[in-house]
Amino acid sequence: MKKTVRMALLASTLLAGPALAETTLTIESWRNDDLTIWQDVLIPAFNAAHPDITVVFAPSAPTEYNASLNSKLEAGSAGDLITCRPFDASLELYNKGYLADLSGLAAMANFSPVAKSAWQTDDAAATFCVPMASVIHGFIYNADAFEALGIAVPTTRDEFFAALDKIKADGTYIPMAMGTNDQWEAATMGYNNIGPNYWKGEEGRLALIKGEQKLTDEGWVAPYAELAKWKDYLGDGFEAQTYPDSQNLFTLGRAAIYPAGSWEISGFNAQAGFKMGAFAPPVAAAGDTCYISDHTDIAIGMNAASPNAEAAKVFLEWVGSPEFATLYANALPGFFSLNSTPVEMKDPLAQEFVSWRQKCQSTIRSTYQILSRGTPNLENETWNASANVIKGTETPEDAGKRLQEGLASWYEPQK
Amino acid sequence: MASVRPVRWHIAVFLAPAVLVYTALMIIPLFGTLVQSLFNEDAAGARVFVGLRNFATLFGDALWSDAFWNALGNNLWFFVIHMLVQNPIGVALAAILSSPNLRMAAFYRTAIFIPTILSFVIVGFVWKLILSPIWGIAPGLLDMVGLKSLFAPWLGKEEYALTALALVSVWQFVGIPMMLIYAALLSIPDEVLEAAEMDGITGGAQFWKIKLPLILPSIGIISILTFVGNFNAFDLIYVAQGALAGPDFSTDILGTFLYRTFFGFQLQIGDPYMGSAIAGAMFGIILVGVCLYLFGIQTRLRRYQF
Repeated sequence: MKKTVRMALLASTLLAGPALAETTLTIESWRNDDLTIWQDVLIPAFNAAHPDITVVFAPSAPTEYNASLNSKLEAGSAGDLITCRPFDASLELYNKGYLADLSGLAAMANFSPVAKSAWQTDDAAATFCVPMASVIHGFIYNADAFEALGIAVPTTRDEFFAALDKIKADGTYIPMAMGTNDQWEAATMGYNNIGPNYWKGEEGRLALIKGEQKLTDEGWVAPYAELAKWKDYLGDGFEAQTYPDSQNLFTLGRAAIYPAGSWEISGFNAQAGFKMGAFAPPVAAAGDTCYISDHTDIAIGMNAASPNAEAAKVFLEWVGSPEFATLYANALPGFFSLNSTPVEMKDPLAQEFVSWRQKCQSTIRSTYQILSRGTPNLENETWNASANVIKGTETPEDAGKRLQEGLASWYEPQK
Repeated sequence: MASVRPVRWHIAVFLAPAVLVYTALMIIPLFGTLVQSLFNEDAAGARVFVGLRNFATLFGDALWSDAFWNALGNNLWFFVIHMLVQNPIGVALAAILSSPNLRMAAFYRTAIFIPTILSFVIVGFVWKLILSPIWGIAPGLLDMVGLKSLFAPWLGKEEYALTALALVSVWQFVGIPMMLIYAALLSIPDEVLEAAEMDGITGGAQFWKIKLPLILPSIGIISILTFVGNFNAFDLIYVAQGALAGPDFSTDILGTFLYRTFFGFQLQIGDPYMGSAIAGAMFGIILVGVCLYLFGIQTRLRRYQF
């Protein structure tokens, strides 16, 4: 596989001939899982139209990406194209002059203001990354297990916990696959997954930013109280269970429910030997408005110091095109295109996730915009608090109080 | 032939490579970091001199000082475990190895020393797997001897995680004190031991009364190496628990605290100025520790010349 790609690249280089100026673009990314998709699908598709531009996808490990990217940008050794984290991490890079202003790209017209909001200055005057995809939170379940145990897909919280009780009583499956060792799953797939139903999505998130709500309010503490109840349904030794452990427990068929982000879909499709389904975070009572975390997660921008700015812009225009959106969304089911042009997706699990956009209200993760700018960092604190609450070492009220104190210590509207 | 003594250039020439490399790689960055710790950004993002204000924040602001003291306390515990477990075991192993009656001494020596040349990444990963409550062999092994009830997800519990990781580190590095002590024990002249035997001091008594006093300087060196190594530690914790040093910062040591602050983590933006202040504090702690040892202990150790 790799060899053919290399041969193809070599061939395209040779075919381009000496007449065209040879340009190589390097993409910095944290998506090392996507290496083969870029090499086999996306880059060849781009080269079909632009054979004179060689593109190299050079990812690093997700947890090290931000630190290594910052160091590379400071040292002037970063690639031409930068995969953008949402909100402040990228805004900081733009403010320091490392990311170029891309507001002038024609392709920007293909994106709604909401899609662009994660990669704009606070006043929306400048957009510095081309939005690629969002991810949706929910729960993926083992459909075979649900059928064997006669469990209907839960829509309300009571049904959800009744289902968990039933799975636990049966004993064949671990009710829910999650661990607290890596901490972030507890916050991302736990708190920010079920939370929007409590704080009413955008309404609560924006009120928190404006200072009208506090993290000690019912809407922000109640999700912690629900997380505390999860403890009884996790596997033995969940305290030391890592993220890959949880993924493997689920795909090996040993756990029935996996609190998920839609980015898991392609990996799970490849690994799991059973039928899977997905359900949105359950609501309090049947018929309540549901809220989902539809998080603008990934975009791509240009290194302001890149010597290949012209070629990079050509590439970014292509990333903003409907052609890229279709390729990307289908190559990586679970990364939902932010392009205004509707994208046809073939994967049933991805279709299920994206269908919630029709019946539920979308929001993004509560800690990402503005609120994680200071010290202590609210996102990191939320990881810590969510893990503590699930383990039972901190009460939901104490966690809310601690987070509120930390936020109020530096964030003016919360003082 | 009255002559001026020639300038002895060769001394400078021979010293130059080491001095240049050491200056470029160690001394300049060290001073650069110490200088940077006296600066910070003003509201416009420009670099301004702030004197010792970073240190005032680090020790005075509860947000920073709590994390700092927590990391320092954990670091001390990490060091204590090494001193209480690693070094005594190292000395004991060396004493056993140097016994002339032991067969296959070379094999044991090599086997015990091998982990020290392994990468932290491998050690951290392998031990995480061994101790994993899901796939690990630790629960199974305990079950075989009927002690399954003693198993806990150690790396995930606040009260055990740091001790467990310190013991993993001990497992990895016990070969170093063993080798140093082994060399020191071999250098004890036979006449001394024979004289002891003439006086009727043999076996255990010989170790405690004759050999141990003679290897005390080596034990001192090992202690100081352990101290410096532990207070600079970072890799094992980062590999096993990540930069947030979970659970609930119970394994956070100065190295991981420095990494998070300096390079940032996830949504937290790196702060090179506060990071430098932490690095400066670490340097100070290590400097004080080494000085205490050098002037307080080493000068008082009695040495024997054979």
